[in-house]
Amino acid sequence: MSFWQFFTTHQAEILAATREHLTLVFIAMMIAVGIGLPLGMYIVGRPRLQSIALGVANIFQTIPSLALFGFLIPIPFLGGIGARTAIVALVLYALLPILRNTCVGLGSIDPVILEAGEAMGMTDRQILFRVRLPLARSVLIAGIRTSTVITIGVATIAAAIGAGGLGTFIFRGVAMVSDAVILAGAIPAALLALAADFLLGLLERRTKVG
Amino acid sequence: MVEQSERLLLGMSPSGTGIGNPIIEFRGVSYAAGANGARPILDGISLAIRRGENIVLLGKSGAGKTSLLKLINRLLMPTSGEVLVEGRTTAAWDVIRLRRGIGYVIQDVGLFPHFDVARNVTLVPNLENWPKDRRERRYVEVMQLVGLDPSEFAHRLPHQLSGGQRQRVGVARALAADPPILLMDEPFGALDPVTRADLQREFGELAQRLAKTIVLVTHDLREALLLGSRIVLLDEGRVVADASAKEFPRLTHPLVQKYVASQQSTVPHA
Repeated sequence: MSFWQFFTTHQAEILAATREHLTLVFIAMMIAVGIGLPLGMYIVGRPRLQSIALGVANIFQTIPSLALFGFLIPIPFLGGIGARTAIVALVLYALLPILRNTCVGLGSIDPVILEAGEAMGMTDRQILFRVRLPLARSVLIAGIRTSTVITIGVATIAAAIGAGGLGTFIFRGVAMVSDAVILAGAIPAALLALAADFLLGLLERRTKVG
Repeated sequence: MVEQSERLLLGMSPSGTGIGNPIIEFRGVSYAAGANGARPILDGISLAIRRGENIVLLGKSGAGKTSLLKLINRLLMPTSGEVLVEGRTTAAWDVIRLRRGIGYVIQDVGLFPHFDVARNVTLVPNLENWPKDRRERRYVEVMQLVGLDPSEFAHRLPHQLSGGQRQRVGVARALAADPPILLMDEPFGALDPVTRADLQREFGELAQRLAKTIVLVTHDLREALLLGSRIVLLDEGRVVADASAKEFPRLTHPLVQKYVASQQSTVPHA
């Protein structure tokens, strides 16, 4: 069976898997951004905390993704079989680029500008929200962009623990030794990653200052 | 206490603090930078600056001029001794109130690159929640003071300005909330010589009209003589000379004479 044949006959199923995939990625990214941005803001300018947080995030990144999914299954509340476990694993992967770019973006602002803000009587909060964040915005978005692309890829493995998504076809295809079935999962996943990269890239350029 | 400090900022002296009292005073101030104060910068500075004085801190780089300036708006805290602004130590001031009452102009200007000129200039009035019409009126006023067309420049971003225009905007920003004190750290140092001469001349005239207490840092005696009513020469963290602009060139201190000689050699007919 050719890829096109499989694709046309299983269109509805592929579409449903794509939706599932996007949902996994979307929820994981929302949580990762929700944790990564505030955590990054907190640890920037606290060198010790920063190296610990980045170190931990780095370790998660180095664990092979299939193994990470496996490790999470026996953990109570977070683990088990299904989408919840998958989302936890995806969040752990997504965290590093967001955290790192938040630190780099907020930490690399021209000290002259920060000193001017300070000298004019801006509070730390005002400097963060009116100066640091707006100036770091495009770097923060770059982190979210990298992270989203990684998450779309890693989410294919979520199928291994029964979380669904486009990985379902890839695992099925591997089991069936069928390129057509593998491609039915791989091609939409690749297209999603490219689309996310392109759209967030646009946003990144639009938010660049000067 | 807060109410009193605000009145002081507006220049209305309450009973007990006469005009004759210094607006800024250094009492035995030493400052050292680095971990555990490894690098001594200032050593036992005592200096009183009267209201309305235009004082220039002159000295080589590394003499401690910038640190002295930053001690006034508490960007730095003295290692020992105390700095008084309006009769109160900077440590006792609410740092935000202190800084909003002190204009600050630096060589690199430090305009916010993501704010247009109007927003940059009205930054402190904005922080102080001035009503919109008052802010807009003040914007027009200060832009005219620094010689820039208020409407033409309102929506330009800093990177669309020339160096001279940027520094004018920097001065306008420092003046926006009408602070009684203006600190300037080599404000014209990064400009080309022609623009610098223009700005120095214009600012000299402006300073006369403003009747503010201005503390200006420079390494250039010509600028000091042009803009200062009083010149304080710093060397290796100490005050080595302190005189009115008129008397300063006649002082016999060898370092003063070095400055005078070097100025005469670069500007033969000054």
